[in-house]
Order: sequence, then C-alpha cells, then structure tokens
Amino acid sequence: MNDTLDIITMPFFRRALVAAALIGFTNGFVSGFVLLRRSALSLGALAHTMLPGIVLVVLITGALTQAGAFFGALLAALMVGLGSIMVSRGNKIPQGTALAIFYTTAFALGVVMLDYVATGEDLEGWLFGSILSVGDADLKVFFGIAAITLLGSSLFMRPLLLTLFEPSVAVVQGVPVKAVNYFLFTLMIMALMASFQAVGAVLSIGLLVVPGAIVAMYTNNTQWLFWGGGLVGAIGAVAAVILSVPLNVPTGPAIVIVLGGLFMLAYLTSPSQGLIKHFRKRRNTEKISHTTQN
Amino acid sequence: MTNSCGHSHQDGQTHNLRVDHLSVSYRRELVLEDIALHTKCGRCLALVGPNGAGKSTLLKAISGLVKRRSGTITWGGKDSLKCRDGEFAYLPQHDEVNWNFPITVRGVVEMGRYPQLGAFKKFGAEDHAAVQHALELMEMDGHLARRQISELSGGQKQRAFIARAVAQQAHVMLLDEPFTGLDREHSANLSRLLRSLAAENRLVIASHHDLATLTEIFDDALILNREVIASGTCADVVNEENLNRAFTRNVNE
Repeated sequence: MNDTLDIITMPFFRRALVAAALIGFTNGFVSGFVLLRRSALSLGALAHTMLPGIVLVVLITGALTQAGAFFGALLAALMVGLGSIMVSRGNKIPQGTALAIFYTTAFALGVVMLDYVATGEDLEGWLFGSILSVGDADLKVFFGIAAITLLGSSLFMRPLLLTLFEPSVAVVQGVPVKAVNYFLFTLMIMALMASFQAVGAVLSIGLLVVPGAIVAMYTNNTQWLFWGGGLVGAIGAVAAVILSVPLNVPTGPAIVIVLGGLFMLAYLTSPSQGLIKHFRKRRNTEKISHTTQN
Repeated sequence: MTNSCGHSHQDGQTHNLRVDHLSVSYRRELVLEDIALHTKCGRCLALVGPNGAGKSTLLKAISGLVKRRSGTITWGGKDSLKCRDGEFAYLPQHDEVNWNFPITVRGVVEMGRYPQLGAFKKFGAEDHAAVQHALELMEMDGHLARRQISELSGGQKQRAFIARAVAQQAHVMLLDEPFTGLDREHSANLSRLLRSLAAENRLVIASHHDLATLTEIFDDALILNREVIASGTCADVVNEENLNRAFTRNVNE
C-alpha cells in the first residue's frame, strides 16, 4: 500500500492522472454524440485506420509530433472512409463490408510499418497506450483538445442536435448540416487522437463509446448525456490509472476494463432497462396476482 | 420575421411556386421526368400516385434535398435552394430518426423554432407560445408533451413531428404522407389544420394516398407517375380516367 502511495505522488504519475482526467472527460463528452449518431462501429474502424496514418507521418518526417500525428490520422481516416463509400457505391458490396476490408488492411499495414519505427516496447505503447509516459507538452495538447471540444460543442449545441436528430429536416430549416458533420468528425478524430495516448489504437474506441452508454442508462436528458459522459469518463479513467498500480496491470486495458465494469453495473441497476427493474416488476405483478387471488 | 426570400405569409401578397421541366434521377434511373407544377400560397395541393411514382422525390426536390438533373424550382421568383431560412417546413417519412434519442415531445417541437433562433438566440416567449400552440393543435399538450419520443405510438410520433413543422410557422409546408398512422379522429383534426394553414395564406403540399378523403381536404391535385398525368383543381382532375392512367401505368416502361 505504501508503495502505491509512493508511486502515486511521483511527478510522472501525477501527469498521468491529469492526462487521464482530461482524456477521459473529452472522450466521455464526445461519446454522447457517438451514441446519438449511432456511429460506434464505423468509429471503431476509424480508430484502427489512424494507426498507419500516424506511423507513415513518423516514417516520413522522422519524428512524432501532435500536429503531424493529427494530420496523418485524419488523412488515413478520410482515405478509408471515402474509399469505402466509393467501393460500395453501385456495387454489390455493402459499405460495412467495404469499411472492414479497408480498415483491417490499413491496420495491418500500420503494424508492418511500425517495425521500421518502433522497438518492441514502443510497439506496445502504440497499440495499447502509454499514459504513464506523457510529458508536460502532451498535457497542454490534451487540455487544448478538451477546451475546444467543450467550447465548440456548447456553442453549437443547437445545430449539432438538430443535425443528429433528423438531418433532412435540419437542412431545410437552414442548419449548415455539412459543416456540422465535418465539425463532429473533427471532434471525434481529436478525441480518438487523445485516447490513442491513453489506451492505444486497439482500445481507443472503448473510451469513446462506453461513458455515454453508461449515462444513457440513467438519463433522458440530452445535456446530461454529454456532461455526465464526460464526468464518468474522467472519473473512470483516473480510478483505473490509480488501481492499475496495486493490481499491477497495464493502464490502457485497466481504463477500458473499469469502464466496461461500470457499464455492466449501470445496466443492472438502471431504472429504465436493468435487471433490478425487471425483478421488481415481476415481484409487483406476483403481489398483485396474490392479492387478487385472495 | 424577415428573411432573404423577403416576404411572410401575412403580407397579403401572392407568392408563386413554379416547378418547370424538373427531372430527377437516382443512379441513372429517371424517377421524375419533365415535371411542371404551378401553384401559390393559400392553396392546399395533394400529390397523388402509386408507390414509386415519385411523390416523395418531388417533395425532396422542392425542399432542395435531392439533386435536379434538369429544370427549375422557384418560390416567389427565387430558386428554392436559396430558401433555407425557414420559408419551407418539411415533414419527411421518418426513416432516418434515431428513436432512442433522449428527447421529449416538447423538445422535438422546440426544434421547429431553429429558423427564428439560429444557433445562438435565446428561446423566448414568442417561441414558447408558438410551440405551445402547435402542441395544442395536435393535441399533444399536457402529459404527452413531457413523454420521451421512444415511448410514443406511431400515430403520436407523427403528431409530434407535424407539431414541429407547425411551430416553424413556415410559409410553405411540404408534408410527406402526413396522415400516416393517424386514427380517424386525429385524421379529421389534421384535415382541419391543413385547411386552416391554407386559410392563413400558407401553401400546403402533401403526398396523399387516401382517394376517399382527397377532394374534401385539398383544393388542387397533381396526379403523377414519374411524369405528370394530370394537374389542376381536384374537381377538374380527380376522376377515374386520370387515376386509372396513374395507377395502372407500367413504371418500368
């Protein structure tokens, strides 16, 4: 236990905790949009696609910078997204299938290319995250991403919700639906970029999907979906980073496991969906049938 | 209310909707061919034709949601694509709605006020009154207004979406099968509403498949099956000959 306290108070660990809070909040907040947009599956594909984009930029420029990584990731995501739309248009292949072909191929290419830039330990960091090694500069970037996400989505919440709810009606009402969709896409890519650092390419989609789903079990309020998601994401990520020390497990997977566990808990106890509600309902009907029998 | 189309339904002037030589194709297949439609505010017009005749596509074309292959659509002399300021209210068939969206009926109807509010303006007393009025017209006020849309029946959902279109206070109402899912009482209620919207000098265009009620509700009809079969007042064009031509014509010709 004392060892845990010792580690937790070290500067590198404090940075990791701040990073976990910022990344968890950003991803949790954006997860509300992912849920409303029903785009979890294609985002999962996108997350895998970003790896080769980032690696390619590192190969070309010889260094890993946040800006370089962002544009590499964006480029790869756009290529795969547009490619899958092109292939599925007028052909016999549904877009989901086309997307799966593109993103697994891209991810495989990325893993192969990683051999040229990374040593074994780095490789694991790329795939499963390396939040314990974030520096002060990284923290500034995470803070920037969190701020842009919060400000941007609070400012444009009305057109965002109209676009997510029924885009065709929103267009006719004068909502700039195309611009809103690009903005949403950018928010999601930035959130994914941040969670790359925390949980890596393979698990990043978990951080961007689970918090909103947890909150959705408890609320019918759209605003709460975002703020609650942010809160759950931040608390879950911080708790997981701390727990990973005494339990001696890698932090990236720990974050996703904690969030997954919280989701199960939320599902079981949810007032609208959960098992507890199911049993209570059954007991009530039994009671009623009992009294009517008497 | 000011807008770039430069007029409202209350200024007493007549505004014309003119569709000329409109053709629309999906994946090279022509779904609308050389459509002409001339009407004006204060009218209630039905689009009549079999499934796949292009009624929904025509409504989408007027809304600016599908690309025209050729032809023009103007409202008050302006291209309809430039009327993205709340002049048009559109009621689609809701196949793209996420029914698990956490929003109440009132929340849905409040969305109708976007043209007045834009992204930043505060929801004010006038907006609240418009929303309340629309809810009352569709008999969705009271406890139904607080319901989540996921908890509604098909007919109630339809009423909520019609209320959203009404709350927008648009000059032109483009309604795709607005009577879908409504029981007899609410159908009668909607018929009265469409009549009163036209009486307020708005233009109502709705696709409609119930031939029995057609002439009671609508002033005019456009009978189509990929191309215009007949167009004019209901008294002039709704007859067996025209309907037979629309409903028996082989679409694949």
